[in-house]
Amino acid sequence: MTVSDTAWKPAAPPPAPLSTKSPKSRTRKSARTHGWRNVVWVLPAVLLLGAFAYLPLVQNLGFSFLKWDIYSGRQTFVGADNYVRMFNDPIFWKSLLNNSLYAIISIAFQVFGAMILAAMIEGLRSQRWRGILRAVYFVPSAISLTVAGLLFYFIYEPEMGILNAALDFLGLGNFTQAWLGQENTAIFAIIAMSQWQGFGYCTLLFSVALQRIPSELYEAASIDGVGPFQRFFSISLPLVREMTGLMMIVTVSGAFQVFNEVMVMTSGGPNNSSQVLGTWLYRSGFVRNDFGYAAAVATAVFIITLVLAVIQLRISKKRRVQW
Amino acid sequence: MVTRSALLLVLGRVLIKAFLVALAVVVVYPLVWMLLNGVKSNAELFSNPFALPVAWKWENYITAWNRGVGDYLTTSVLVTVASTIATVFISAWAAYGLTRVNIPFNRVVLILILGGLMLAPTVALIPLVKMFQSLGLYNNLWALLILYTAFRVPFTTFLIRAYMMDLPAEVDEAASVDGASKARAFWQVILPMCKPILVSTVLLNILFTWNEYLFAMVFTSGGALQTLPVGLTNLMSKHGTDYPVVFAGMAIAAIPVIVLFFAGQRYFIRGLADGVGK
Repeated sequence: MTVSDTAWKPAAPPPAPLSTKSPKSRTRKSARTHGWRNVVWVLPAVLLLGAFAYLPLVQNLGFSFLKWDIYSGRQTFVGADNYVRMFNDPIFWKSLLNNSLYAIISIAFQVFGAMILAAMIEGLRSQRWRGILRAVYFVPSAISLTVAGLLFYFIYEPEMGILNAALDFLGLGNFTQAWLGQENTAIFAIIAMSQWQGFGYCTLLFSVALQRIPSELYEAASIDGVGPFQRFFSISLPLVREMTGLMMIVTVSGAFQVFNEVMVMTSGGPNNSSQVLGTWLYRSGFVRNDFGYAAAVATAVFIITLVLAVIQLRISKKRRVQW
Repeated sequence: MVTRSALLLVLGRVLIKAFLVALAVVVVYPLVWMLLNGVKSNAELFSNPFALPVAWKWENYITAWNRGVGDYLTTSVLVTVASTIATVFISAWAAYGLTRVNIPFNRVVLILILGGLMLAPTVALIPLVKMFQSLGLYNNLWALLILYTAFRVPFTTFLIRAYMMDLPAEVDEAASVDGASKARAFWQVILPMCKPILVSTVLLNILFTWNEYLFAMVFTSGGALQTLPVGLTNLMSKHGTDYPVVFAGMAIAAIPVIVLFFAGQRYFIRGLADGVGK
């Protein structure tokens, strides 16, 4: 169950088949023949995305200006009313705050924690151990958030859960509590589960980034008598900076799309204290039959993820590092 | 002084290794706990959560299977296989069209397909419900097949396209000298050369579909139509007091993807790394 080090190198395409005589000029010409017929290659993808991703996006904007009862099917135009209600809705702000907490804590643990962890792993001399640790840390990321959520629902459970039992065992009995049942701990308990589930994925990606740093740089540094800490801060850290930026954006973007684990563990409760935008949207539409309002919340999610995607695009474009 | 710093270095190494191993134990323990709880009795669960099972009750797995997990698993396999095949073929065609064939408005098509990467499923959720209701596909596995394919095509195309761009132009030239049509060049030359990235995308799509929850929850409601993630929450709410059976169900859902990860991890890693880095 080790990850072999050779698998980490950037993907190199296989060599071209043996055909050295390539009449360049001829193929250039034939390649230029535009053909509407060629559209068939991209047509399935374009149609699928157009109908089931872009069209709903536009429709959602339209729905956000309606009052809409899905059972009677009645829709009435209410202008910006849903948005006004949203900005005056304390649960909307609570959800936004919870998503932000999700983002901040995930950046601390899943981005910076994982980076330090990856540096520790890559610093190990045994290749075997490096492989085992990377793989073991990743396992929680392979299982579904539903299984992970249910599992931690039980771990936090006051009577049978291992968290309180472990605290008792360590003599910290004072700290035992119903982690998911209290307004001030529920969202943090969910976020903690999410760190367990996701940090291995980030560690893996940082390991890949660290391995792509040429080893000559480290060798030169060790000849110059540079210690491990200085090596981390002056070689590793700057050279994985772009990866760090991308990971931060991916993590934050994920934090604003959280749904599954909150739904499974608390459904946003108790008393809406662990509500996030995704679950609040769901609840507004499918439980409270207020689909116009849910569409307004969806628009808020869209704007947030759009801004993050644009930033991500900028980082990706800049990130061509020359050694 | 030299010996002191050397000593510190050795000590540091030992401490780091101890920390990493301890962390690995903490990370894996919840999963071990899940597996052990799946073979305990209900009374054992509450007496001492850390104890090993007294009598290994493997029949919990059979009970879980008969209480619906078998159906959920079948549905999950069906949806996963169908949507993975559809996603990878549609994406490979699109990647081929974008990299090796001249199509009109190439740039616009590229932005349109890769732009799908930033669309969150939650944003499209409400219009999609209305759309599938009017299409008569609500509570139908076609809904999941279509949605999973649509929302996975951008990422899959992104990965395959990056790989195809690195294939040398001589490949197509050789094929066209041989008189092969574009379609034959795709099936017989380009696609076989893309095998490594195709394996990566197949694995990543299996992982995604097997674990997806939002669409599965919203678009299916009948028991036999539900996939594992939704089915498990049902098992929990219907038979919530019979906890070992719920744990057995969770294990049945988790084990296939864990095995798959260990079997194909170098492909997983390449896919994940290229997905965020390129």
